[in-house]
Parts: sequence; structure tokens; C-alpha cells
Amino acid sequence: MLAAIAFDHVSKTYRSRRGDVRAVDDVSLEIAQGEFFGLLGPNGAGKTTLISILAGLTRASAGTVMVMGHDVVADYAAARKSLGIVPQELVFDPFFTVRETLRIQSGYFGVKGNEAWIDEVLAELGLADKAGANMRQLSGGMKRRVLVAQALVHRPPVIVLDEPTAGVDVELRQMLWKFIARLNREGHTVLLTTHYLEEAEALCGRIAMLKQGRIVALDRTSALLAGTASTMLRFKTDDLLPPALAAQARVTGRIVQLKAHDAAEVEAHLGALRQAGVRVEDIEIGRADLEDVFVEIMSGARGGLA
Amino acid sequence: MSLAGVLPLLRKEVLRFWKVAVQTVGAPVLTALLYLLIFGHVLEDHVEVFPGVRYTSFLIPGLVMMSVLQNAFANSSSSLIQSKITGNLVFLLVTPLSPLAWYLAYVGASVVRGLAVGCGVLFVTAWFAPPGLAEPAWALVFALLGAGMLGTLGLIAGLWAEKFDQVAAFQNFLIMPLTFLSGVFYSVHSLPAFWQAVSHLNPFFYMIDGFRRGFFGASDVSPWISLAVVGTSFVVLASIALRLLTTGYKIRS
Repeated sequence: MLAAIAFDHVSKTYRSRRGDVRAVDDVSLEIAQGEFFGLLGPNGAGKTTLISILAGLTRASAGTVMVMGHDVVADYAAARKSLGIVPQELVFDPFFTVRETLRIQSGYFGVKGNEAWIDEVLAELGLADKAGANMRQLSGGMKRRVLVAQALVHRPPVIVLDEPTAGVDVELRQMLWKFIARLNREGHTVLLTTHYLEEAEALCGRIAMLKQGRIVALDRTSALLAGTASTMLRFKTDDLLPPALAAQARVTGRIVQLKAHDAAEVEAHLGALRQAGVRVEDIEIGRADLEDVFVEIMSGARGGLA
Repeated sequence: MSLAGVLPLLRKEVLRFWKVAVQTVGAPVLTALLYLLIFGHVLEDHVEVFPGVRYTSFLIPGLVMMSVLQNAFANSSSSLIQSKITGNLVFLLVTPLSPLAWYLAYVGASVVRGLAVGCGVLFVTAWFAPPGLAEPAWALVFALLGAGMLGTLGLIAGLWAEKFDQVAAFQNFLIMPLTFLSGVFYSVHSLPAFWQAVSHLNPFFYMIDGFRRGFFGASDVSPWISLAVVGTSFVVLASIALRLLTTGYKIRS
């Protein structure tokens, strides 16, 4: 079957006086129709550049990108009709109301008589009572919802969400994912970039991880999780860890996480903590999550290319 | 190139300025009225440009055309620079609209605003000294061509500029001097020979002179020469603007 999105040896080099910056480096990737695909990576890894090339905002220095079989440069009109992009930046046109904004966006894509779908999108995103409000009057979260609505207004078969939940509240996140998951079930392909790895783990069937413009991991989410240490020892402490443990621990505030492949290794960690006189609380042993995989791959501890 | 999407973008661009019509239409009409009252009062008894035509009557078409030109430029340039700076141009960049569709919509909206302001100026000033309408077709042709040309220039300025003050500089150091030195307030025949020759190098002079022909049936140069100069300038500017849109100059990296 035709791929929904196909990157073929795509590179992007930005030229500046201080030298060339290779933001995307020979990326090849195919996303099948109906997939929910995650693109992960630290800031500056090249995720947004890849999406900008896909959307026609940026031109690739090398390689080709196809959306539903249409080249994004040579056949840009057909490619863009197939795409709905939710940009990362919170931007809006201050002259118009929410409904006007959606009508205008429908018009650009040649969609006429779109009121029923506009009403449905407004309702699904909790915007029905804001339809007549000017964009300037909306809160940040509401503006984010409108951005999503604008991307969906022409019912694109491929939906691209570039960090759509950055800085938004739990209610919107849940509402958004419920709606996007429904669209995915109905056959829409979804490409998601996010910093919330638990979201990617819960939603994405397949994940690519980017680092310095290159794909360093590409596999089914379940396979990526299976490839890491199966358990993690988590606890809280205010004390300093002994150097041997500190070297392998991931510390977030008071929370410490240590990899443990089996019960014996858990016991060894706890023994080392006892011996060093470290007082710990809220101890738990859990399954490794995508964040652990991410940290492992980004630190170069393991490869993830399937 | 496809023309799909021209009308929705044109409608949006017209709606954008119409929502703030007090500022985008009302204010320039008031400014033109003040010019007429002040210059007309001061110069009415001192200047006769065409035989039997009062200075205030002579001034009105010039003021109308000046308003048409300045507002056509302001519309496309301000819309583009605002969208670029606030980032909402992305909504347009991700659409299937062709460069030609962008061009026709932005310039079309500039023409609508230019003509709306021009009609407003004509309506409020004509009461003071009706200028007549000897050859209306010329007035219409030059109003449309002038507004289209300045809308195109505004589009180029909006694409080129990265800050609001760069658009303002374009307006203050290029559009304003070319307009004021084009014979809005005087006939170039009243100038010394050297300055007459310089005026003939200014394409804005031909727009004003051709437009004025429509009111008085008299002009400094033949309207056909004016049409050739303005038409050629328009084609050159439109080609540049289309080229910039096609290459994504300063809007696609």
C-alpha cells in the first residue's frame, strides 16, 4: 500500500556565517497509512525541521518527501491537501473570530459548505461556546485548540502534530488525544512529535528517535520497550548516593531511578544504599518506560535501529 | 498555475482591513480632506493650472489618486509584515495556494482598499469644487492600474521586510517622495525645465496625470504614453513579485 509519508534520504543544511549546520542528516523513513507514529528526540534533534520540510515551509537540501504519493515540491498542492499540520508555535490571526478563522482555512483548501464539520470539530475540542469569540480573547489553551481545529478543517488523511500538548492542561490533553485517537481509528495517519514520552508510549504504534539530525532508533514501541532493562528501582531520598550508584542513576529532584535486570540486582542496589547510610522512602519497582529507553538511546548506551 | 483559493484569500484580506475601517479607510479620507482645505484655501486664488479650472478642482483628482496609491501599498505591505512577524503566515504557507493565487488575492485586496479610500476621498471633497468627469474611462483605468501597481509594490516590500520599520522606511523614503513629486499638488508644466525632465522619470507622475485626464479631458502628457509607462512598470513589478513568491523569498527557508 502507498505510504502516507515517505522521507527518502532527506538532508537539510542551514548555511550561516559561523558555518554550516546540518539539521537533518540523510533521513529515510516510511509511515504507513493508518499508523500512529511518534517522532522523538531532544531539542535541536531535527524533528521540527523534518516536519517543516514535509509541510513545505522549508526546502530539503537533498532527498525527496512524499505525502500520499505526492512530492511535496513538484506536486505541492496535492501533498498539502493531504496534510493537516498543527504548528508548534502558538500563533493566531487577531482580526478574526474562531468560526471565521476556520471558515477562512476551509476556503484555502477549496472546501465549501463545511459548517457541519466545523461544528463537529468545535464540539470535539470544547470550543463550541467560543465560536463567536475573537482569537485575541482566548486563553493560551483555547488558542491551542483552535490550532488543532485549523489543521483538521479540511479532513486531511495525514495529521501532523508538532508538540501539540506543550504547556496545555490535562483536560485539553485528554480531550485532544480522545479526538485524535478517534480520527486514527477512522483511518487517518497521525505523526506526532512530543516531549511527553508517556504520551508517545500510550499512543504511538511505532517510534523513531532522532539525534543530531539522524535516526538513531526506529521500531515498534513495544519492541523498543522490550529491548531495555525490564525493571527500574525508583525511590526518593535527600541524601547523596554512593559514587558507584550515582554514576548509573537517573535523578529528577528527589526521585532516583536505577536500572535493575533482576531481583538480585535490586537487592544489590538496596544493599549498597543501606551500607552507605542513605535514607530512602517510597521505594517501588516498576517496568521500564519509554523515557528509560529514550535516555538509554540518547546517551548512546544502546542502538535502537530495527 | 492554479487560481484555486484566490477568492477565499481575497475575501479574508478585504475583511481584515474592513474590520478596522475607521483606521484603514476613514483616517486617509480625513487626511485628504485636510489637504484639500488647507492647500485649496491657501492657493485657490494664486494658481490656475488648466484654463477655466479652479485650483481646488484641479487638486481633487490628485488627492484621490494619492490616497488610492498610498492605501493600496499599505494594505498588502502591512498585512504581510504583520503575518510574518506574528507567525500566522504559516496558515497560508501550508495551503495548496499557488504563487499566482497569493499574488492575485493580495493585490486584489489592495485594489479594493485603494478604490474604497479613493471613492471616499472623492465623495467628501467633490462637494467643495466638483472636478467634472470628462473622460471617465481614463480615470478608471489609471485608478485600477495604479492601485494594482502599488499593491504589488506593497507585496514586494512586505516580503522583503523583516521588521515594521523597514516597511515604514519603504513608505517614507520611496512611496511618499515619489507621490509628492508626481504632480499631485501642481502641474509639472509649472516647474523649471530640469525638474520637468526629472518628473518625467517618475512613474507616479504618469499615474496621476492619466487619472486627472479622466476628470478634465486635459493632461500634461498623452494618456496613451502614461498608459504605456504605467502598464510596463506594472508588468515589471508583477513579474518580480511573482518570482519572489515562487521562490519563497524570505517566507520559506
